[in-house]
Amino acid sequence: MALLEVAQLATEFATDEGVVRAVDDVSFDVEAGATVGIVGESGCGKSVTALSIMRLLPQPAGRIAGGSIRFQDHDLTTLSLPEMGQIRGRKIGMVFQEPMTALNPVHTIGRQLTEGMLLHKACGPRDVLRAAANLLDRVGIPSPDIRLGEYPHQLSGGMRQRVVIAMALSCRPDLLIADEPTTALDVTIQAQILELIKDLQAEMGMAVVMITHDLGVIAETCDQVVVMYAGKVAECGSVFDIFDRPAHPYTRGLLDSIPRLDTIPKSRLGVIEGMVPGLLDLPAGCRFENRCPFVVPACGEQAPSLAQIEGQHSVACSRWQQL
Amino acid sequence: MTTPLLEVRGLEMHFPVKEGLLLRSRIFNRAVDGVSLQIKPGETLGLVGESGCGKSTLGRCIARLYQPTAGSIVFNGRDITRLKPRELRPLRQDIQMVFQDPMESLNARHTVGDILEEPFIVQRLHSPAERRQRVAELLNIVGLPARSASRYPFEFSGGQRQRIGIARAIALNPKLIICDEPVSALDVSIQSQILNLLIELQQEFGLSYLFIAHDLAVVKHVSDRVAVMYLGKIIETADSDTIYRAARHPYTKSLIEAIPVPDPHRKISRQVLSGDVPSPINPPHGCAFHPRCPEAQDQCRQKAPTLQALSEGHWGSCHLIYPPV
Ligand SMILES: Nc1ncnc2c1ncn2[C@@H]1O[C@H](COP(=O)(O)OP(=O)(O)OP(=O)(O)O)[C@@H](O)[C@H]1O
Ligand SMILES: Nc1ncnc2c1ncn2[C@@H]1O[C@H](COP(=O)(O)OP(=O)(O)OP(=O)(O)O)[C@@H](O)[C@H]1O
Ligand SMILES: [Mg+2]
Ligand SMILES: [Mg+2]
Repeated sequence: MALLEVAQLATEFATDEGVVRAVDDVSFDVEAGATVGIVGESGCGKSVTALSIMRLLPQPAGRIAGGSIRFQDHDLTTLSLPEMGQIRGRKIGMVFQEPMTALNPVHTIGRQLTEGMLLHKACGPRDVLRAAANLLDRVGIPSPDIRLGEYPHQLSGGMRQRVVIAMALSCRPDLLIADEPTTALDVTIQAQILELIKDLQAEMGMAVVMITHDLGVIAETCDQVVVMYAGKVAECGSVFDIFDRPAHPYTRGLLDSIPRLDTIPKSRLGVIEGMVPGLLDLPAGCRFENRCPFVVPACGEQAPSLAQIEGQHSVACSRWQQL
Repeated sequence: MTTPLLEVRGLEMHFPVKEGLLLRSRIFNRAVDGVSLQIKPGETLGLVGESGCGKSTLGRCIARLYQPTAGSIVFNGRDITRLKPRELRPLRQDIQMVFQDPMESLNARHTVGDILEEPFIVQRLHSPAERRQRVAELLNIVGLPARSASRYPFEFSGGQRQRIGIARAIALNPKLIICDEPVSALDVSIQSQILNLLIELQQEFGLSYLFIAHDLAVVKHVSDRVAVMYLGKIIETADSDTIYRAARHPYTKSLIEAIPVPDPHRKISRQVLSGDVPSPINPPHGCAFHPRCPEAQDQCRQKAPTLQALSEGHWGSCHLIYPPV
């Protein structure tokens, strides 16, 4: 059994214009120690998937409307809030898209870092400050003893993200969910943070769910990849399946549209014409239909379900065998 | 040799820093600190460097949205460094900017048609009918339907709004467009549409670009030459192929090494650059990069290097890479 098994997850939001299903029939597994990437355009449901796993959906608008999230011996969708509180932080750590939202501006770094450790009894009150300083040192923050007494605004963006990672790791979780952990950072700092996550993962043996829109980050860090489009899984497989044998027209379009260092300068890049459909007016058939270069009338009639190609490589496209 | 369209020499933009109760501050943020560069007609100069190194400030000085504190900017043979606001109006025809977040730069209460007509009205060009005709042409050039003119910016997606921003920038047939992170806020699938559009417009109208971006693969794709900035100074510049294939400055090398490569077969082990960018308010002595430089020596801590020619068209600012005299 995998460490995390997300099956047919559906997450909905009540909005003024009606109920929207931001995540629809999403399934994927995360093996212990492995890194699974989730990639896709803005609004496709990456963060909502992560928040569903953490049971941190904005209330009262958001709710899990179906499916299951098995983690170790629990179904996270049915746990009580106190039980979930035990898992969150201790067993599953999360790094949020925006580091400032994860840090409380009026509390010192030290207070925020030790809070979780004391709560989950990761260490006793006497050792906790030393453990916190060690952790900051581990994530590459110089003079950790001084930093413990400082406030978030006194740190640079890269250092804040390190603190957030230190907090997420403070109880040595089995799973780390990192939602765009480096998007706001420079490539140099991004390289530091990704290296850090990789090192800590090797050291602690934790699994990682890496959410990003950067295909370079996916290629460098992930074993498995889930490509999402408009709330659904378009394709999933090993990182080699996705980059070497992309089957979904959307995945192919994405890979064609990025300039690489060996692309002929100023040559025309591939494009995916058109726009993602809004969640309020989703088509009856395939959600990629209006942008797909391979569309046939049948695509508009029925939504394709995820079909296995080989091994763990699956695609949700009714035409994948012809393409 | 073609005469440059833009020639910047020793440009400085030092912002005064107000600290606490000392209202008359004598402390400065040296956001741009002695930059020299050239852009030829029809050429794209890419500008890269970490957050806060002064890229946007440099762009804004060149567009004369800021009054630089020292140095000179010669545009099309004319010194524009100290033009007064009234004298700047004709210059606005020739130098335009495209920003990262088009929503911030587009007036939300005006229709797209009004937004695109505005440059003509400011410059007192064309009759109302001709202006509407030009708006329709502009929309067509950037690939938006003509009926977009009667709609408002919020009705458009991020990529479409960036097209509106570009349409406004090209309205007056400028010679130079300063693109400040024009695709950073866009999804990859939309990014490529905008990059294709910018490249097509350049080929069609002979535009020059100063192209500022974080994504080094994007910069390589659009640029003829690349300048690398660190703490207010250009530390290396060369044609883009040379920068990516044969960078000499240790900072440029680590910047390029840090780019994540979208190829899972290339499991690279890189030397990760440690530390953060120092503050431009209190820059390190000697070479500003020395605290992070893996190759730093004593002289780097003592003496600031200057930009010197390494080979034809390739300049660098590092004690360790100068050719022997
Ligand atoms: N509180 C909410 N109320 C209503 N709809 C919401 C809410 N939060 C998210 N959504 C919708 O759910 C969809 C998925 O959003 P999500 O934040 O998961 O996207 P994402 O893939 O993380 O995008 P990004 O790359 O921009 O972070 C979006 O269409 C969004 O509008
Ligand atoms: N109007 C201003 N007044 C005072 N200081 C400023 C002003 N604009 C920028 N700065 C400062 O100048 C320095 C350079 O900023 P700038 O915005 O040019 O950097 P950048 O390279 O464009 O960074 P980014 O990649 O984050 O956009 C920073 O220290 C910034 O705080
Ligand atoms: Mg998100
Ligand atoms: Mg900027």
